[in-house]
Amino acid sequence: MTSDVKKSLKGRGDFLFEIGCEEIPAGMIVKACRELKALLEKYFVANALLDEGSAASSIETFGAPRRLTAIVKNVRLKQEDVVREITGPPKAVAYDAVGEPTRAAMSFAEKQGMAVSKLSIIMTPKGEYLAAKQEVSGKPAAQILAGVLPQVIQEISWPRSMYWTGLGKQRFIRPIRWIVALLDGKVVPFAFADVVSGAHTEGHRFLGSSKIALSGPQDYEPKLKKNFVLCRPAARSKKIETEIAAITKKHAVKVHHDEHLLEMVTYLNEYPSVIIGDFDPAYLALPDEILLTVMRDHQKYFGLESKGGELAPHFLAVINLPSDPKGLVREGHERVLRARFADAQFFWETDQRTRLGDQLPKLKAVTYESRLGSYGDKVERIRALARWLAEQWFSAGVSQADVAGSDRAAELAKCDLVTEMVREFTELQGVVGGLYARAQGEPDEIAWAVYDHYKPVGLDDPLPRNLTGCAVALADKLDSLVAFFAVGAVPTGSSDPFALRRAAQGIVKIILERKLPMSLSAAISAAAKALKEHAPKIEATEAVQKQVLNFLLERAKFLLREKGGFAYDEINAAFAAGADDLVDAADRVAAVKAIRNMKNFVPLAASFKRIRNILEKSAGGSERDHATVSAELLWEPAEKELHAAAQRIGEVARAKKKNRKYREALEAVSELRPAIDAFFDKVLVMVEDKNVRANRIALLGNLLKEFSTVADFSELGGEESRPA
Amino acid sequence: MKKVKVKHAKPAPKLKGLSFQDLLLTLEQYWTERDCILQQPYDIEVGAGTMHPETFLRVLGPQPYRVVYAQPSRRPADGRYGENPNRLYKHTQLQVIMKPAPADVQDLYLRSLEAVGINLKEHDIRFEEDNWESPTLGAWGIGWQVLLDGQEITQFTYFQQSGGQDLDPISVEITYGLDRIASYLQGVDNVFDVRWSDKVTYREVRLAEEQQFSAYSFDFADAGSIRKQFDLAEAEAARLLQLFAGLKSPAAKKGFPILQAYDFTLKCSNFFNLLDARGAISVTERAAMIGRVRKLATRVASAWLEQRADAGAKVAGPTSAAQVEGQVRA
Repeated sequence: MTSDVKKSLKGRGDFLFEIGCEEIPAGMIVKACRELKALLEKYFVANALLDEGSAASSIETFGAPRRLTAIVKNVRLKQEDVVREITGPPKAVAYDAVGEPTRAAMSFAEKQGMAVSKLSIIMTPKGEYLAAKQEVSGKPAAQILAGVLPQVIQEISWPRSMYWTGLGKQRFIRPIRWIVALLDGKVVPFAFADVVSGAHTEGHRFLGSSKIALSGPQDYEPKLKKNFVLCRPAARSKKIETEIAAITKKHAVKVHHDEHLLEMVTYLNEYPSVIIGDFDPAYLALPDEILLTVMRDHQKYFGLESKGGELAPHFLAVINLPSDPKGLVREGHERVLRARFADAQFFWETDQRTRLGDQLPKLKAVTYESRLGSYGDKVERIRALARWLAEQWFSAGVSQADVAGSDRAAELAKCDLVTEMVREFTELQGVVGGLYARAQGEPDEIAWAVYDHYKPVGLDDPLPRNLTGCAVALADKLDSLVAFFAVGAVPTGSSDPFALRRAAQGIVKIILERKLPMSLSAAISAAAKALKEHAPKIEATEAVQKQVLNFLLERAKFLLREKGGFAYDEINAAFAAGADDLVDAADRVAAVKAIRNMKNFVPLAASFKRIRNILEKSAGGSERDHATVSAELLWEPAEKELHAAAQRIGEVARAKKKNRKYREALEAVSELRPAIDAFFDKVLVMVEDKNVRANRIALLGNLLKEFSTVADFSELGGEESRPA
Repeated sequence: MKKVKVKHAKPAPKLKGLSFQDLLLTLEQYWTERDCILQQPYDIEVGAGTMHPETFLRVLGPQPYRVVYAQPSRRPADGRYGENPNRLYKHTQLQVIMKPAPADVQDLYLRSLEAVGINLKEHDIRFEEDNWESPTLGAWGIGWQVLLDGQEITQFTYFQQSGGQDLDPISVEITYGLDRIASYLQGVDNVFDVRWSDKVTYREVRLAEEQQFSAYSFDFADAGSIRKQFDLAEAEAARLLQLFAGLKSPAAKKGFPILQAYDFTLKCSNFFNLLDARGAISVTERAAMIGRVRKLATRVASAWLEQRADAGAKVAGPTSAAQVEGQVRA
């Protein structure tokens, strides 16, 4: 260590902070640790206990079910002494002619709590001034932290916190039962919610000591480990993964990898171990989806597959113990799973007594949303819309579009909501309906459509596997969107309780990825029609429909950016030329991207921007759309040439566009560049002669209009404006 | 798909385990030794031990209280005619209320498990997030379900609100599922195989009830009649609450039968559950009926507090903004 570093570390020490808590919900620990780190950084820097540049790297936070921990390295044990210099009145004002202090000087001295004789004169750029120099001695870090740490604890935010010592007292996610706060080996004394900070932590609830003396960060991890707590999540997940690998190897099975479940069990246990359990292979006759949901979602078990990829009659449970020597835990978990599977089997058999379609009348009694009627009402709307969509596609040449099939699938789609199985396993809605439809002899196309109709759930979730499924999925989501917007339940930046953003994302994803030929505004208006014609007969006004359209277009832009890799301005340019047919708009976005780097294009875009500016500055623009160019008023060669070029190139571009060869259309447009450049070089638009001026503006106006039908080039290269 | 044929391989029970009645007696004994008074189950149909006035009303106001009682709890929709090994029309809860919640209440609870023969070092016991809420009672709390080797055996809740009232102090509620714990301790897959005593099984004691009450709930209940009974009970509760609201003198309020108004509220809740199980409630009606019961429950809670305050009991602090908000929400 160099002497400099030694010197800089002198007067510094490490800080250990642990909030000991009753079991914190597993899904909240990661975020809480992130916040704890940010809060400590904020307060340590604000109080000069850490330097701003190095604070982030000095603080480490991590958590386990019963503790949130922070280790802060090289904390300044005492704030540095600082000399504060406060400038007072100018010297000329502070002293009179004979050098005696004036009233101004005395009042300044009084304000600073100093004798006038102790004041000094300093030189500033504005001249000589009276000044008070005071040495402020830094406070000990422990004293500062005692004040700051309760604040830190209180400021960690939770989805839903609680009182436990009484109404109006401190809140936290669960009751805090101990606090460790050790700075340089000494306790930082404070209290939070009746808990006094100290130097003792608790080990594993059943296997460790409930009073472990600590001296600081150095013995924290090893002492907890001895007491069956792996305090670092990485150590826990590694132990889990290692044990899973060993067990699966031994039993010649594969685990269904599940990152989410792994994180969950990492934060559910302080000393995780993996055990294998078995279930009766007869249950494998139940669909895999149901077995896996029971194991994974309800019991937090990993499902196992044979080498052939089929579900195997075993499971892995992660337990909060080092081992299960007597097999008691295994036996318990097996019994629970047996009961769960027996339930599922009972539900399956009960549900099979009623045909899926015969559940339909019951949907009348299931509320969709208080203002939007029952699921029975929604199904009627979805059916109408699914039929309409299939008809549209069919007449646009999509031969496999099946109107009757879409209607049937929409009719069955929500019937599983009243089955025993979905009442118990709500996350299997759709899936269960699809499985039942197939078991009851519906054609595959319809069964899969029911199965898939909630898809896609996220950006990376696959689409419904067949076109009928796409029709039902679109109809379902469009109805939700239009219906909720119609009753004013529009999502805001922070609140989207009906997951409408996700619904809209699903709609545009299906249309774009499946390349469905359809008009968005017509689809919205069809949804509005269904909403008006079926109970509870709600009107979605033109304004609402417009709002829905814009909402969908925003999601389409988002999707093209995130998944398509297109730039803001490319999307904006193409969308400005129309986006009602999303697939067509996306083709134009791709064309813009393809040609934007050609040599003529950037200058051409700049010229179009210039044209737009000229048009905006002139007459306000309303007459330019209608003005025709009079050839006899064109007299400069450059403007004649531009007019001719526009007509010539326009014809080519129009033909290309008609055949949806957008790239070629744009390439043709780019050939305008020499004519436009020459025009701007040689011709003045804003001339005195009114008629000539109007004619030139008309020429430019027509040019902009004619050549912006594929994309509006004036949008290109602009500032990236993020949508609100 | 193939019909599932499962052999219920019954592993030789390694734990003989307490009988159902010994489990009940042991837990009651355990908690009475920790200053809980032993109360009796409520004598009106309830869906959960929380609805017993010993919980719903006792958690209100500032007076400390500790109580333990068993509460047979009726959930008509969960009835399975006694044919399902795990689902019951009526299950038995053991309810513990500690007000205020002691700091070592988790440990107290865990030691109760030891008292019934569960070695904590040999089993996987965990507290998993599960916040409890009862829309009909305007009550909610923060807590967990306790899992024993993957089986939920207890609901553990720090009450935050009851009857729409913010609570101060905070009570803890521990609700044991006795049927499940007994199955677990005795190592049986079917609750009807549980030994109630050493000589009598759960089946012998309870099967007829499960069969008949399930049959009534699903097949025989007359929705029209039950709806009328709901309306009558609601009207009587509302009449009493209205009368109470009109009283001026503390003396008159003191002996006023608020508890009877609460009993009628519980009746409403049970009639609602029956109608729900019968599938007789329409879309708009469902939410509305829950709202009607909640309205009675919250009025009972505030009348009860008022009555206690006028009777000289100290009421917790001035009404805070949170309290007002809580009442509005309710």
